[in-house]
Amino acid sequence: MAKELKLMKGNEAIAEAAIRSGCDGYFGYPITPQSEVMEHLMLEKPWEKTGMVVLQAESEIASINMVYGGAGTGKKVMTSSSSPGISLMQEGLTYLAGAELPCLVVNVVRGGPGLGTIQPSQADYFQATKGGGHGDYQMYVLAPASVQEMYDFVFDAWDIAFKYRTPVMILSDGAIGQVMEKLYVGDYVPRWTDEQIAEKAPWAAFGKPAYRDHNIITSLELDSAKQEAHNHHLQAKYRQMEREDVRFEALDTEDADYLLVAYGSSARIAQKAMQLGKEKGYKIGLLRPITLFPFPTKQIAELASKVKGILSVEMSAGQMVMDVKLAAENKCKVEHFGRYGGIIPTPHEVLEALENQIIKG
Amino acid sequence: MFNPDIIKPENLVYKRTNVLTDAVMHYCPGCGHGTIHRIIAEVIEEMGIQDKAICIAPVGCSVLAYNYFNVDSLGAAHGRAPAIASAIQRLHPNHHTFTYQGDGDLAAIGTGETIHACNRGENIVIIFVNNGIYGMTGGQMAPTTLLGMKTATTPYGRCVELNGYPLQITELLADLPGTYYVTRQSVQTPAAVRKAKKAIRQAFENQKNHKGTSFVEILSNCNSGWKKTPVEANKWMEENMMAKYVPGDIKVDGVKVR
Repeated sequence: MAKELKLMKGNEAIAEAAIRSGCDGYFGYPITPQSEVMEHLMLEKPWEKTGMVVLQAESEIASINMVYGGAGTGKKVMTSSSSPGISLMQEGLTYLAGAELPCLVVNVVRGGPGLGTIQPSQADYFQATKGGGHGDYQMYVLAPASVQEMYDFVFDAWDIAFKYRTPVMILSDGAIGQVMEKLYVGDYVPRWTDEQIAEKAPWAAFGKPAYRDHNIITSLELDSAKQEAHNHHLQAKYRQMEREDVRFEALDTEDADYLLVAYGSSARIAQKAMQLGKEKGYKIGLLRPITLFPFPTKQIAELASKVKGILSVEMSAGQMVMDVKLAAENKCKVEHFGRYGGIIPTPHEVLEALENQIIKG
Repeated sequence: MFNPDIIKPENLVYKRTNVLTDAVMHYCPGCGHGTIHRIIAEVIEEMGIQDKAICIAPVGCSVLAYNYFNVDSLGAAHGRAPAIASAIQRLHPNHHTFTYQGDGDLAAIGTGETIHACNRGENIVIIFVNNGIYGMTGGQMAPTTLLGMKTATTPYGRCVELNGYPLQITELLADLPGTYYVTRQSVQTPAAVRKAKKAIRQAFENQKNHKGTSFVEILSNCNSGWKKTPVEANKWMEENMMAKYVPGDIKVDGVKVR
């Protein structure tokens, strides 16, 4: 594949990836710090290049329901927003999960609660991984740590979304969304034709051909026995994700005495802290979950029996640390370090926390 | 005596449209939903657009409409049908996406989606069934409930101090530049049914010609919710509902006629 080097913001990379990955439709509503996604799309006019539809909706509620509509007809559709807007989308997300519709939702997280701040944060981990909406459901959650991953994960998201008929979330943050980095972009992947959609998404409601019964997209089932069976089916998908599609990055974990666990922006800070720690003679490893659901539980469990302690580093008051603790099963000490409300921790702060809470603690 | 010779194509004066499924409808006897479903389905059959029709069903009495229309369908979250239809029609510009919504769905929880879809001039058909009450949840006040009308949540009658005024959302939508056709019909008599069907046909023809939003309100009784017999309910509808919600065209070919 021909590669082209560009300098872009993370948010722009999302938009560029949408156009180049064969996305059929983007529906969104402006909110800081992710507005560049729609701005870049409107500048690029993808409807002239690929036929992709871009629509500015009247609210995040409308946006996510537009996604529901497009996804229900088998199209590759997406939206993006930031924390308060994602909260408004929770109704739509649980309907999408219930109706088993593939789609992509990008959350460029800012500090909360409430209107909070427009600065970077990772305080939406619970919402993304524990089902922000009602009912038993999960989304597949990808956590990019660079502008390149913002771009690449859009392509990966379509594969997963259609493999499992599930909403996929890219859980980013204001730092990754706003930072400019170099990235390689590839050739344009054509949008699916009607024939391809009929083949790849035979369940979709794209207009009833004479050869089949009418397709119905719904999350409603009034018969509780059937609803329970549907819940079993959804849970089986989530277990399959855990078996087949966990992603993570392990750095220097082989002979580590201490383990840092961090995702997204925090992982980059933790990586620097790791270097600083090595200069002081500590053997530190870094486990970066790339998927937050399914979570690399097995990998953390294995490392927990080898290391002396684990520090979970997040820009939150301590959310992912719960999953790290569950994975570690008390085999070693697990502590949390976080800055939040839009404050980004420094590598020195992280190393100091590791020393105080784990190494000396 | 039954004469088997009578079953000949030339003797056929009526048949059930195949755009309705064989599913037994759950609607209360005497309710207008069944009739409205039938005339929409007949229009889809007569226009030959079954393979291009996509129904967006609401939350409310007609939540299961997708079981009855023999077209590809999506069940919407409460009030969100116009947003869903907007996206589908933009992604499939030669399809016939239509929403089927009640007054609680369209004029209360979905007011925002309704107004903005109409104001964008989305090339969709909105069928708005107004019975002045929340039927499915057990007869609570709707935005369209008349003043003085008793419901489960206005047991002493709707009053302005407590509940505000009935919302004439159809007149409001006719003022938006995106709407091309706005009409109010009813289905309580055979003559009214024929007129309503003609209006629905007009709406789908407009959509075929990419004219923008066509909005068809259809007054229907809710005899269960109104605690009346179907006959009494239709009479009450003519005398009371139609005084506030006056039937007829409000906007034709993009021009207000009332």
